[in-house]
Amino acid sequence: MSSDQPFITDDSAVVTETRDARMGEGRGDRFNSRLREAFGSSPFILTKFDKFLNWARGSSMFMLQFGIACCSIEMMHTYAVKHDLDRFGSGVPRASPRQADVMIVPGTIVSKFAPRMKRVYDQMPEPKFVVGMGSCTISGGPFQEGYNVIKGAEEVIPVDIHVPGCPPRPEALVYGVAKLQERIANGEASPVTVKPYELEQFSDLEQDELVEHLTDQIDEDDLVMRYNFADSP
Amino acid sequence: MSLQNPDGDLDPADEASVVAQRDPDELAELLGDAVIGREEHLNAPGFVIRPDAVQDVLSTLKEAAGYDHLSVVTAQEYENRYESIYHLKKFADPTQEVSVVVPADKEDPVSQSAEPVFRTADWHEREAYDLVGIEYDDHPDLRRILLPETWQGHPMSMDYDKDQPQVVSLREHANPLQADHREDESDTMFINIGPHHPATHGVLHLKTTLDGEQVADVESDIGYLHRSEEQMAQSGTYRHQIMPYPDRWDYISAGLLNEWAYARAAEDLADIDVPEYAQVIRTMGAELCRIAAHMLAVATFALDINGDFTATFMYAINDREQAQSILEDLTGQRMMFNYFRLGGVVWDLPEPREEFFEKTRAFLDQLPGSVEEYHDLLTANEILQMRTIDTGILPPEVAKDYGATGPVVRGSGVDYDLRRDDPYGYYDELDWDVITEDGCDNYSRLLVRLQEVEESAKIIEQCIDLLEDWPEEDRTIQSNVPRTLKPEDDTEIYRAVEGAKGELGVYIRADGTDKPARFKIRSPCFSNLQTLPEMANGEYVPDMVAALGSLDIVLGEVDR
Repeated sequence: MSSDQPFITDDSAVVTETRDARMGEGRGDRFNSRLREAFGSSPFILTKFDKFLNWARGSSMFMLQFGIACCSIEMMHTYAVKHDLDRFGSGVPRASPRQADVMIVPGTIVSKFAPRMKRVYDQMPEPKFVVGMGSCTISGGPFQEGYNVIKGAEEVIPVDIHVPGCPPRPEALVYGVAKLQERIANGEASPVTVKPYELEQFSDLEQDELVEHLTDQIDEDDLVMRYNFADSP
Repeated sequence: MSLQNPDGDLDPADEASVVAQRDPDELAELLGDAVIGREEHLNAPGFVIRPDAVQDVLSTLKEAAGYDHLSVVTAQEYENRYESIYHLKKFADPTQEVSVVVPADKEDPVSQSAEPVFRTADWHEREAYDLVGIEYDDHPDLRRILLPETWQGHPMSMDYDKDQPQVVSLREHANPLQADHREDESDTMFINIGPHHPATHGVLHLKTTLDGEQVADVESDIGYLHRSEEQMAQSGTYRHQIMPYPDRWDYISAGLLNEWAYARAAEDLADIDVPEYAQVIRTMGAELCRIAAHMLAVATFALDINGDFTATFMYAINDREQAQSILEDLTGQRMMFNYFRLGGVVWDLPEPREEFFEKTRAFLDQLPGSVEEYHDLLTANEILQMRTIDTGILPPEVAKDYGATGPVVRGSGVDYDLRRDDPYGYYDELDWDVITEDGCDNYSRLLVRLQEVEESAKIIEQCIDLLEDWPEEDRTIQSNVPRTLKPEDDTEIYRAVEGAKGELGVYIRADGTDKPARFKIRSPCFSNLQTLPEMANGEYVPDMVAALGSLDIVLGEVDR
């Protein structure tokens, strides 16, 4: 087999009885495909299960329908006509985090929203992936100096792919998602990044002056995020 | 479809006297001894009044002098005092403005609330309390609105320590399977809608109390996208550093409309002229933005309530793509244009100009056809009519009381459009109409948007005709503006333009440096969203969703 022609697709050159038998009598050519033909006489392929599963996972990703700020407008354009992310097998926005694999974080995260985003992320089933869209999810972007702005999505949840831009063009987002798919298909896990603002129980914060001040209002079961703006980048 | 005439409709003679322009001295006389000083703002006379006479003064101005529109409440802190400014104007003639300045004590900043006179003051004063720290006596519900309830300090006040640690709790969803479902005694149900929910158009949180399928009460919880826009503007210099931010207030491609709000305020503040040629380009660009913004409003509205799921959405996105492509040719960006400069625009139309005109004309030519398509898909659609006609009723008097503007108030039959009533740019030279519908319901607001698209197309077409014939030696795109702008100390101005959602205003106080001392944004969506309980209470849940969709809020502008 020559290298520029990995599969023999010429019917006359290979044994086709099994294949034709498998397809059944009288079927037209339209049921045939290049991939089918590539399998040749055998209906089986041999591969590692993990590899196959990764390929399947990367080829069919369900996005979370998650709009935050300006970037979500470009994200909608990416899903819609012209750019159509669905062409790449990843354009089905799901309204519920329980059905989604990928969360595109499209916008600025502020202190009030961060715990909610963390909650939504926690509700997604494993394995889950995050695409950070736009400069705000990298560093806070143009709003980095803001008193209320979290300096990047990575302060709250781990991010697999960063797509820079303000906002990134739909093409850029398509590229980012395609890169993510490629990594998933290749089984490359992304490193889980440091999360300084990890979800914390209040008991860990006893020394904190501020918490002492608030301590009587605090419920043990509460979920709490603490932002230390002085130590932020 | 028309429900009722405005209750407060006055007979013609009376109306004329109320609308009539009044001398500042005459107004001062009217207000009597509540006035303790006078100020001169660039847009309006200012009356400094006693902090305990706010309600008296505002109701006098509203009832006797016809100032029935409270645009915005600006709060700020000086070295020796706090100050709230109530910017009033008239729906009948927005060029007649007056600023009511209420000083408050530095140690114990308290003044009287204006909420009993203008309902819209409710949220505006809560915001002032949240960000600056002024307390309002008599306010029905004074608590934080934009920042989390556990926030320490008031970030726009002078002694705010921005490095201090903050704790934010998440109590609402402690356990989604418990408590928030059914109350034992009252038989109502409490449901959180949002902040992550497809029907809220962004990160809006609605606390709804349901009685069966009907909405007993709905309370909007905002602030999930409060990205300190005012602080960002206050830390930038007038000439170049502020202009990128307005693009991000109302980010539905309405960038040029927002930039115009800042440009107009700053140009009037620093007394900068804009060449006529640049005004025409501005007008054209702004109307392209309006088309794009209204397209998305229609698209998401259809997505919320229509039977055909995404078809209309895709059609509208397709039209938006074309508008964005033209804007990209013009400005170099799809969304965040940063195209206006103080004193003009950054560059001329793209070369070759004929190609640009041809492309824009092609877009305008197919636009009536696509608007026709929307009418077929939406307004002629029985499902949509059932969902929208006579739902989400907003009577004109209520809309005015809440300071609603834009398509929302025009859908309630109030003829208010700053492009015509307070002309700027090139609008008063062009031939176009202000659209109003008097159905006061969701359907009317949709109709207004669809018709405004056609009006915008008219404006663009005329601009293109003008630009095509503009003599080459006359194409000045920027006037001569000093490199560093330092408006005089203690000059104040409030200027508004007609954004895609309504009256988008900017208040600037200069302190003699090259940065504004106070930069306040009057967001139309902030006031419009306040009307939601009026429209939704007592209606079914899906009607509330339709009402929210027809308000067409954008959270970047609500929260700023």
